[in-house]
Amino acid sequence: MYKIVIPQMGDYSTPAKYLISHIIDCEIISIPITNKTLELGSSNSPLFVCTPFKYTLGSFIEGLEKGADVLIQFGGGCRYGYYFELQKQILEDLGYKFEMINLITKGEFDYKRIKKEIERLGLKLNKLKTLYYIFLSIKMVKYMDKIDFYIREHIGFEKENGSFIKLKKQMLKDFSTTKNYFHLKYMYLKYKRKFKKIELDNSKRKYKVGIIGELYTLMEPFANYNLEYELAKMGISVKRYTNVNYLLFEKKYKIKDYLSKTKDYIKYKMGADASDNIARCKYLCKHNYDGIIHMKSSFCTPEIGAMPIINKICKKYDVPVLYFSFDTETSEVGVKTRLEAFFDMIEMRRTK
Amino acid sequence: MNKIKIGIPRALYYYEYGILYKKFFEKLNFDVVVSPKTNIDIFNKGNLLAVDEMCLPMKIFLGHVNYLKDKCDYIIIPRIDNYGISNQTCTNFLSLYDICNNLFDINILNYNIDYSNNVDEIDGFLKMANKFNIDSFKALSTYEKVKEEVEKENKKNIILNRKKLKDKNTKILILSHSYNLYDDLIGKPIIKFLEKENIKVIFPNVAEEEILLDEAKKISKDLYWKTSKKLVGALSYLTNKVDGVIFLTSFPCALDSLAFELAMRKTKLPYLNLVVDNLNGFAGIETRLESFVDILRREIYV
Repeated sequence: MYKIVIPQMGDYSTPAKYLISHIIDCEIISIPITNKTLELGSSNSPLFVCTPFKYTLGSFIEGLEKGADVLIQFGGGCRYGYYFELQKQILEDLGYKFEMINLITKGEFDYKRIKKEIERLGLKLNKLKTLYYIFLSIKMVKYMDKIDFYIREHIGFEKENGSFIKLKKQMLKDFSTTKNYFHLKYMYLKYKRKFKKIELDNSKRKYKVGIIGELYTLMEPFANYNLEYELAKMGISVKRYTNVNYLLFEKKYKIKDYLSKTKDYIKYKMGADASDNIARCKYLCKHNYDGIIHMKSSFCTPEIGAMPIINKICKKYDVPVLYFSFDTETSEVGVKTRLEAFFDMIEMRRTK
Repeated sequence: MNKIKIGIPRALYYYEYGILYKKFFEKLNFDVVVSPKTNIDIFNKGNLLAVDEMCLPMKIFLGHVNYLKDKCDYIIIPRIDNYGISNQTCTNFLSLYDICNNLFDINILNYNIDYSNNVDEIDGFLKMANKFNIDSFKALSTYEKVKEEVEKENKKNIILNRKKLKDKNTKILILSHSYNLYDDLIGKPIIKFLEKENIKVIFPNVAEEEILLDEAKKISKDLYWKTSKKLVGALSYLTNKVDGVIFLTSFPCALDSLAFELAMRKTKLPYLNLVVDNLNGFAGIETRLESFVDILRREIYV
């Protein structure tokens, strides 16, 4: 039986694991991201590659050391699409023996190619079964994202500490035992009700902040030093739009709308999520958010291009903006200090 | 009536399209102003305007636009999205127009190429001409004439470049994007130094574009950036014909960080990985170049 490694990104490893373990006969090794992962990844990566490369490479190395023999990389747009080939070369140079599969090539999910690759490993892929489980895991992602929106807005004001996180862990555990669509939907509704029943202390609610930026850094809590949770602890409700559901399904339809809404600033698509972020920035400014936090992994080119324009918008609407650029050597204390200073500034502006 | 002045920044895609722009607009009876060769002053001004994490050529580009902003009526700012799905460009070129539009208060002459949405080079030129009410027939015929001239020149350059391969001296291939290689601050000092050391410097344009793009597949199957593909193609094309390779990268280049890393891992030639950042001091680079040249010569003569 093959042992498979999927790089972690936030909580999305649950649906990914669910999908892959059901369509092919295999065992999945889960690699939680730790400092060791990061160290392994960055010591074997080129100098100024973006940080997600280092995270995923690190988890591959850790997985291979635990005896994995099949690696799965997701691929996609911007630089993500080229990770696969270079990571494969790096791992081969390190002397490991493995098979590697890239899910998205040339911006598309090519079923035939992936079927061929899986059959090369001596495994079988049933089309109907695959489609059914893809459908289920997509639904799972949608439900997770819907609940995440609610959590982000309210987690800072829970009466009993940790009740949101506890319930979410339980939910993910239950989601991974999904039997069929109705079972999944039933669980979603059940947990939605449970989340809404968690008691909140609304007197703490003061400020709201929008988070925009590069997708991996936004979605993986380890990569942004759990920034969302830190904000919540300060009593700030957080709005974040980027999630897997948006990237996979909504982006295609929304991008034109976004471009027309930001006509004064941008004319063209600016690559990756840059124009989306500019549109969101304008939206957040217009809706009286107290501040905007823009974060990216260092050297993320499209986001760097968006920064002067975000600056201009924030200046016009007089909304403070804080830029974070996370590398492998950013210290947690530094991030906290800057956040605290940002919070103090928001507070001062309000009391003026 | 005064002629309309059109400015062309001598940075980024100037080295691919600049001569084409210049000849095209001169034939159509415009005044063309090309910004001077890059110098420290231009770079410093660009550096102040840019976000500090932007790449070096980008900062230089902003400096050039800054130089031109009061000296002409329109400035050409190319925006190149892609040359088809597997021939994409760096995201900097996608956002160039919007960045300049927001940073400067200038009239931009927009040149947009997006092959996967059926906007090709001819469309780009016609649109530029249409902005000045020049009819499409005239523009098209001028474009074709000019294009022919430029292509002839390109072919001549390729032949000149190939002639160097027959030379008996040490030959070094410099791999770098044209906006690094031919820039007066980044690439020129390095080329000058090597030529002073009696070394034949081979540029990446050793064959026609199509051949290089095909050749790139021997090293990397997945690569989808056109400029990187051409460089990697040149490396594969010259595998047995040169003595060494210099990978010249400007700090934090997105494409090179991945594509060059793979090329370095696959090539069997001796190579030097040069990363140029904020342009202070050539001495460090000089030492590294010297020792690289020494190593190459020893290998040949011992």
